[in-house]
Amino acid sequence: MSSGRTVVGHNVRKVEGVKLVTGGPAFTDDIQLPGLLYGKILPSPYAHARIKRIDTRKAKALPGVHAVLTYKNVPRVPHTTAGQAWPEPSPYDTYLLDSKVRFVGDRVAAVAAESRAIAEKALRLIEVEYDVLPAVLDMEQAMAPGAAVIHDEPDSKGIYDASRNIAGYILRGIGDVDQGFRDSDRIFEREYRTQRQQHCPLEPHITISWLDGDGRLVIRTSTQVPYHSRRQVAMILQIPVSRIHVIKPRMGGGFGGKQEMLLEDICGALALAARRPVKIEYTREEEFYMARTRHPQILRMKMGVKRDGTILASQLTVVATTGAYGSHSTTVQGNTGSKVLPLYRAEHMRFECHVVYTNTPVAGAFRGYGCPQGFFAQETLVDEIANDLGIDPVEFHRQNVIRLGDTDRLSAQLGEGKEGLPRIVRSCGLPECLDRAAAAIGWTGKRQALPAAGHLKRGVGMACTMQGSGIAGIDWASAFLKMNEDGSFFLQTGAADVGGGADTVLSQIAAETLGVSLDKIVITSGDTDTTPFDVGAYASSTTIISGGAVKKAAEKVREQVLRMAAKMLDTPVENLTCGDNRVSAVGKSATMTEIALHSMYKEKTQIMDGASHFNTDSPPPFCATFAEVEVDTETGKVRVLHMATAVDPGTAINPAQAEGQVEGAVAQGLGYALTEELVLDGAGRPLNPNFLDYKIFGAKDMPKLTTILVETDEPLGPYGAKSISEVPINGPAPAIANAIFHAIGVRFRKLPIRPEDVLRALREKETVADDQCV
Amino acid sequence: MKAMEVRLNVNGEAKQWTIAPGDLLLDVLRREGYFGVKRGCEAGECGACTVLLDGKPINSCLMFAAQAEGADVLTIEGVAHGSTLHPLQEAFLDHGAVQCGFCTPAMILNAKALLDRKPHPSEEEVREALAGTYCRCTGFRKPVEAVLAAAGAKR
Repeated sequence: MSSGRTVVGHNVRKVEGVKLVTGGPAFTDDIQLPGLLYGKILPSPYAHARIKRIDTRKAKALPGVHAVLTYKNVPRVPHTTAGQAWPEPSPYDTYLLDSKVRFVGDRVAAVAAESRAIAEKALRLIEVEYDVLPAVLDMEQAMAPGAAVIHDEPDSKGIYDASRNIAGYILRGIGDVDQGFRDSDRIFEREYRTQRQQHCPLEPHITISWLDGDGRLVIRTSTQVPYHSRRQVAMILQIPVSRIHVIKPRMGGGFGGKQEMLLEDICGALALAARRPVKIEYTREEEFYMARTRHPQILRMKMGVKRDGTILASQLTVVATTGAYGSHSTTVQGNTGSKVLPLYRAEHMRFECHVVYTNTPVAGAFRGYGCPQGFFAQETLVDEIANDLGIDPVEFHRQNVIRLGDTDRLSAQLGEGKEGLPRIVRSCGLPECLDRAAAAIGWTGKRQALPAAGHLKRGVGMACTMQGSGIAGIDWASAFLKMNEDGSFFLQTGAADVGGGADTVLSQIAAETLGVSLDKIVITSGDTDTTPFDVGAYASSTTIISGGAVKKAAEKVREQVLRMAAKMLDTPVENLTCGDNRVSAVGKSATMTEIALHSMYKEKTQIMDGASHFNTDSPPPFCATFAEVEVDTETGKVRVLHMATAVDPGTAINPAQAEGQVEGAVAQGLGYALTEELVLDGAGRPLNPNFLDYKIFGAKDMPKLTTILVETDEPLGPYGAKSISEVPINGPAPAIANAIFHAIGVRFRKLPIRPEDVLRALREKETVADDQCV
Repeated sequence: MKAMEVRLNVNGEAKQWTIAPGDLLLDVLRREGYFGVKRGCEAGECGACTVLLDGKPINSCLMFAAQAEGADVLTIEGVAHGSTLHPLQEAFLDHGAVQCGFCTPAMILNAKALLDRKPHPSEEEVREALAGTYCRCTGFRKPVEAVLAAAGAKR
């Protein structure tokens, strides 16, 4: 797709790459402030308790302690920590500090002290007497009569039914599923369970806050949502938005966990109380249970099909837990329906979901945003159906998946916490994704191979998935460009590069549009004082939405450049073109430097402009994931040998970076499938909040990866781009579960699929076989 | 705790720092402005704080600064020669092996220790060398390719 393009579609180096490979200061913590205090949060030791008495006098008296905060000396403002566009669709059920704690790790108090050691000592000196309440840990028990009510406070808003611990409820559909099931030849229905996964960014959450010379509150923080954080902190601390300056330096990974106003409020409150700079950084242990996780779900999936394999009706009924607070509760779960079911062209669809509170760590946004759960259920059920009907799963997909020109009507029913907009498929590379990923894994030969003798059994499995590109009608962004004397341009955007390379992609779009080389673009991003608004980095929106704003702004600036050059060259604008760092007409040209100097010092004009951008549709990127596994029937260990992932991201603005997004998503998806789960004990305490006991995939654990980009031209995206960062995380779990079935003939419907689960299932299968022999 | 002095070489420069006996090497290096040394877990599990101590990769979060007395410490800041990047740094940039960049210094240092010892490693050996560094962004394919390419370029 890069034909004729000089920057877009090329594997340029990351714009801030040299700084990163040489260890230059880049991240939130890479700064030294005189008088910096260390902030620390006292976590609740109980899953559910009221604070009967809290005495901070000893902590305050400790030399080196500069501030101690409890619910008694901070404003009480109900809010959500979900970093979403105003008005946030998540319930306002959270407080800066409260007299009740709702999970192990909930905030009890916070201190700021001269050193970490003093801060930790001060926490130990805070005397707290708790009235311990019965805890609700099991999501299936949360709605039961007599269950403890987690949000009994009168001032929370937007909770669906607090008395039954229901944070949100969704019921939407199209057509008539009951009729669809009646018309079906076969009906399949299964239950699936997914676990609590943690994002594990290598850089845990960190915020540094101080008052600048004008008394404004500066918040330097690792966030995907600088603007939402500014608005939320202003509301919580009751200071004007104009008195807050949020700075997002480089982020050491986020994966959705930083689409959250998590430490910014408490760190700002401590800085205001201490009148000194304060840093709060989570330890790895705190990151595991005091940050956010993926929502665990129980999914009941039902599908009705004709004998020829045509899907007529699909129904997904979900119970999910949002943990103690409803961050992203209905929106993540809405996605479980709206981005999963419409993969197929069934006429009848129904999605119902209860999102319940439990006294467990808070769930939130996490790459995939509800889709990994939904696709695990849907794609393993579809594999089961295809096998049962004797249809090759790849053929079954080809027959049923959404096509170019189709309208996804469920999306119109199920938007961001309310009704949405219909989704029209204007670009679709899914058939080619299927073909190429199947070829890469050697599908046909391996599906027909005879089972191996011995204890090592091999199998192949696949899944198809999709996602969105921004939230239709809600996500928007803006960008601003101004020209410098040397023919370079400052690009200012509120977008927040999570680490995936948004700054590079946005710079490429600006350079391509202006006809300059990439080194002529100097980007500043994610600073609420110096860059224009952007909702932030989430919902796979940055390339399409922020990129759309950059392209529009660059087009306006290009117009100004051309008009200036027209005067200089005495040539009509329509005869001029931008390219190669100059504006050219037949026989004459002016360099960007000459144009800038002329504009600034002769015409007294700053060439500059900005633009805003949003879409009323969310073009889906598509993905086909194929897995080959080897199951050791003696140990139950599943070794993944090969993952082949083909993705249609529209145009890949930077193909190498796009591949990197796929491969990182596959790595996280492998953990989701096989190893990752934050386990709680019977009292709600985390049992494995560290990298030894919570296993993520490392360099030696990774299988062979084949990454295929199937580029299409999306009319709604800048230079035809859609998105890529989320969609590839959805496929590994179902593809691996299906490959395991192919290898050993056992279905797994609960994640992660651990060796002990495999071994137990194999024993049960043997027992059943033995019984049948008798 | 009483202050003490530690003398060591960091990136070829002799240093003498006043430290507390319990100070971790990680904390002292960051305090002295070596921001390329990252805090990821403080338990020796993620490897983000890797530095080379007398040429060998160690987790600076698991070592007291005092234990580095007399040692040669190499951080990522000392890998390039002036503005000339090390072949590993070039390769990481060319292969798209840097995403968020938080673990990149540790990966490059681990790879450098490997290549210094074994200039032409196998893919298996590269993966072994990177196994001590967690990366949540890349899935490791591009970092492994980058190290192999850098080894090839050095041939």
